[in-house]
Amino acid sequence: MTQIIHENQLKSGSTINTDALIVGGGIAGITAAIELAETFHHALLIESQPSLGGRVAATNQYFPKMCPPTCGLEINLKRIKNSNYIKVLTLTEIQSVEGAPGSYKASIKINPRYINEKCTACGKCAEACEVSIPNTFNYGLDQTKAIYLPHLMAYPFRYVIDGNYVNDPRVRKCAEVCEYGAIDFDMRPIQITVNAKAIVWATGWRPYDAKRLDNLGFGKYPDVITNVMMERIASENGPYGGKIVKPSDGKEISSIGFVQCAGSRDENHLPYCSAVCCLASMKQASYVRARYPEADIHIFYIDIRSPGRLEDFYSKAKQDPKLHFHRGKVGKITRNDANGNLVLTAEDTLTGSTCDYEVEMAVLAVGMVPNTAADAPALNLQIDPYGFFVPQQKSGIIGAGTALRPADVADSVRDATGAALKAINVTAGRN
Amino acid sequence: MDTKIGVYICRGCDIEKAIDIEKLVAEAAKGGKAAVCKSHAVLCAKETVESIKDDIKAENLNRVAIAACSGRVFTELFDFGKDVLTDRISLREQVAWSHAPNDEDTQMLAEDYIRMGIARLQNSEPPEPYIEPTSKSIMVIGGGMSGLQAALAVAEAGYQAVLIEKEKELGGWAAKTTKSYPRISPYSNLDDTGLQDLLQKVNSNKNIQVYTSTVVEKTSGQPGKFAVTLKNESGGKQIEVGAIILAAGWRAYDPGKLTHLGYGISPDVVTNVDIERMMGNGGIKRPSDGKKPESVVFIQCAGSRDENHLPYCSSVCCLVTLKQALYIRRSYPDTKIYIIYKDMRTPAQQELFYAQVQDDDAVFFTKGEIKEVAKDNSGKILVTATDTLLGESISIKADLVVLATGMVPATKVETLEEESVGDTAGDQTATTADGKKEAAGAEKGAKIINLTYRQGTDLPTLKYGFPDSHYICFPYETRRTAIYACGAVRAPMGFAESRDDAYGAALKAIQAVEAVSRGLAVHPRSGDASFPEFFMQRCTQCKRCTEECPFGTLDEDEKGTPLPNPFRCRRCGVCMGACPERIISFKNYNVNMMSQMIKSIHIPDEFEEKPRILAFICENDALPSVDMAGLMRLRYNAMIRLIPLRCLGSMNTVWVSDALASGFDGVLLIGCKKGDDYQCHFIRGSELAATRMSNVREKLKQLVLEEERVRLHELAISDYRKIPEIFDGFLEEIDKIGPNPYKGM
Repeated sequence: MTQIIHENQLKSGSTINTDALIVGGGIAGITAAIELAETFHHALLIESQPSLGGRVAATNQYFPKMCPPTCGLEINLKRIKNSNYIKVLTLTEIQSVEGAPGSYKASIKINPRYINEKCTACGKCAEACEVSIPNTFNYGLDQTKAIYLPHLMAYPFRYVIDGNYVNDPRVRKCAEVCEYGAIDFDMRPIQITVNAKAIVWATGWRPYDAKRLDNLGFGKYPDVITNVMMERIASENGPYGGKIVKPSDGKEISSIGFVQCAGSRDENHLPYCSAVCCLASMKQASYVRARYPEADIHIFYIDIRSPGRLEDFYSKAKQDPKLHFHRGKVGKITRNDANGNLVLTAEDTLTGSTCDYEVEMAVLAVGMVPNTAADAPALNLQIDPYGFFVPQQKSGIIGAGTALRPADVADSVRDATGAALKAINVTAGRN
Repeated sequence: MDTKIGVYICRGCDIEKAIDIEKLVAEAAKGGKAAVCKSHAVLCAKETVESIKDDIKAENLNRVAIAACSGRVFTELFDFGKDVLTDRISLREQVAWSHAPNDEDTQMLAEDYIRMGIARLQNSEPPEPYIEPTSKSIMVIGGGMSGLQAALAVAEAGYQAVLIEKEKELGGWAAKTTKSYPRISPYSNLDDTGLQDLLQKVNSNKNIQVYTSTVVEKTSGQPGKFAVTLKNESGGKQIEVGAIILAAGWRAYDPGKLTHLGYGISPDVVTNVDIERMMGNGGIKRPSDGKKPESVVFIQCAGSRDENHLPYCSSVCCLVTLKQALYIRRSYPDTKIYIIYKDMRTPAQQELFYAQVQDDDAVFFTKGEIKEVAKDNSGKILVTATDTLLGESISIKADLVVLATGMVPATKVETLEEESVGDTAGDQTATTADGKKEAAGAEKGAKIINLTYRQGTDLPTLKYGFPDSHYICFPYETRRTAIYACGAVRAPMGFAESRDDAYGAALKAIQAVEAVSRGLAVHPRSGDASFPEFFMQRCTQCKRCTEECPFGTLDEDEKGTPLPNPFRCRRCGVCMGACPERIISFKNYNVNMMSQMIKSIHIPDEFEEKPRILAFICENDALPSVDMAGLMRLRYNAMIRLIPLRCLGSMNTVWVSDALASGFDGVLLIGCKKGDDYQCHFIRGSELAATRMSNVREKLKQLVLEEERVRLHELAISDYRKIPEIFDGFLEEIDKIGPNPYKGM
């Protein structure tokens, strides 16, 4: 059975030895760890957040099957729980890596959860907690308590206390309601060393900061949201119980405009293509249409990119009479103050002129920014000009998933599965 | 072995507030069913777990029931080793958190779950893995880029690889390609394909045995023990391998079918494959006169994204065209290039390559639809297209027209019948005259692996002939254990992607031979040591199990008796559900165990306010969903008793008749979504359950019971909010129908 390492069970200065260190507990990292473990090699999976699952756990449905990501996540978590070859550390950051293929030494920091292994996730503490904070899992669309369970399928299945509030008396008194002695405000960061033969870098991505897209009104108009926010809005366990509502007034929508390449394929922002946004927007359009048969959807695009068999998904979308594709880039979003609707100004490339479209909500299809861009300087990672991890010959540090390039889940899992073998082959000293 | 059961009941997390624990303890101990029965304030406390371990030792317990939280939490904590069968009774999520506290019905529910847990333990044994000597060699079919990389990846991990190539030389398409499109920053230079380096490594690796001019004539046996007959000029050869990687690659779409794009009107209308050949043979020349072309038109999606040809996108043609355009521009600085496309598809960092070609003033991009390709009287080719951006018609005089044709997987059979559009039966199932379902896809596809499986010779294909996985989360999953596809045979992809893909398939193959050597299952029930056992004396040769197994595990002898191949098995239990004679069982999952669990549930004689509903639910999606409903403290009626199944397809209809005969008023069957976008981890579980419903209706008729007493629901894991609605809605319906007349009989 998998060992969840509890933050309070390790002493600073201690060492963990493993075959492969997997950095990042999203779908790529989870997959790499499981595939290694099921090939009877040891993996230590570390994740900076309090729970595994990454962006997949926050996604409503996958294209093209329109199935819930939690379905595959459940199977993967079950595989992790049943394995004797995986150790998991959450709230953990990697700080430095040295060494060579076959003998890496990584310095990692485990941040305090302030909740120990006695937590049963009964929820009494959160119930008693009077401090509400923006819910980052829902991109701040609603509030959660300062003591919270990251989400319904969190693994480890334990609460966490927001570090900014551990000294708040309103939070401290919550310890009194815990019947299990699980709250521990004295937890401190722990520094340990990991010895690993190979490292899989699967640190994933973050959405491009939509506030930088000056003319598109994000941050100015609450009904201009991003594609990742849309996933949370549409989720049953999201801020609105799955109803697609305008954040401004909580009313259900009757029209949406999707702005493709919002900051992507744009040399002032992200010059590359994020590969999944076309399909993600069509997917979002599809679940909105399924729930609101009267809603009109407009998708503004430069090129629709639906490779391979995913073309079928595009073909199907084109058949929906209320799903309108407009070739052209949205240059500006303003608000019609008379009715609160948003006005999308798009260059209609068919006629060369600009056209205004009024919709109730606008979804910016923002691209993927690799987290490696932020990690690289401290860790001496090789990255490309956009921050993506660049695999090196004869290295035992292997990239997987969106650390390498923008990719969908299936491709990330493909990478991660291959990365498991690349890691084994480093161990065998024959890469 | 005698069972000796310990039952441990947790009082924490509001369980004690909802349930009378003393009564529960008494119930567990009643009739000596549990040798030890204790309750603890906090069962998950370290000291308590240690005390359970002490009990196990002191009392020689070999079965433990943990009546506390769901088995999905604290999984590692309540693991007492493989010799102690442990059952988790979810008093927290399924009782205390979802029902009224201190209520008679809630108490009865808890007591039933305790009895059911005990019955499960009494009627199951710890599984013992099926172990036989096996081979860990891996056969790779196809010596192109993906096959070469797969063989090398396997060999470098220390496993023997056997590489089979039908042509005389290794290399496949890569051998016919001089350069590939750029893969690294700054994305401006054409890259070496990497083939020579790869070939050198393959040829010098002692773990790789290469057979060229060779095909696979026959593959029989099972994972770990595939007996393969190879055929080449020198005759046949017999080898044994443990797993198979299918890297059979692709062929170009037949341009002969693209006459509407001018193919055949002039030798100067060529394909991207022809350009590739010219690049390797002295450069680009106009075929008609051997001169350099002054103007070249590339027609993208030639036969692709076209419902009359290949409806899918071949993913790499845009990049290949950009590469070929760059090559031509660098060879002939005066030549103009026109690229007519539907959408330029250059995902990820490849966009940077596109941007650079766009910067070239002599390369013109037109988003358009081809209207006509014709020869003009000057001997040039006139390409007319509608510019969909400007809405105008444009004509280009070209010296050379290049059709960017797509990729057809080697597994696709080209027959007249299959040419009809939309006939992509692949993963679908067809209903035969007698109403039985069989995997239609299994019978189609090119014969490459030539399996002797009852269900067909090769990997079942999905749409368009690709043997790709249906699963987004598990892209290597196939319906034939230990056989994995990679490279362009799986999905259209380029060289670099094929090499990465090869690593993934190689890992899965290695994993399969390792698991099989230990008698363990591979995904999704990874590590499961149980396997189905057949009591053949009672087999009636009805063939249901051999037809319904989603993984083609069972072959048949000439009489129709199933021939099990345990290493092909994925332990879903579909065969057990299929068998009308109930002769198939797992040590820890069997028909008798279920029947005993059903029997252990108390059916009150009075119907008023005490109806009883039995629900068989899929443990992969529906059960976690029930947990989440509990976590959200959603309330539903306490008349329902849940029995989780490995897969709804493993439900034997005898359980339904047992339940109805013993007085249950209704039976719910809850599985995953079926249909084209099925979510079943065992492919056809809920579909098979739906098929068996006709059987169930027959039974109901015999018992003179209403059809509505049995209901099948599809539930996704994220549908937890629907649970009260489903459970309570069904109860209302049952209330209307009235009590089961067999109650109390």
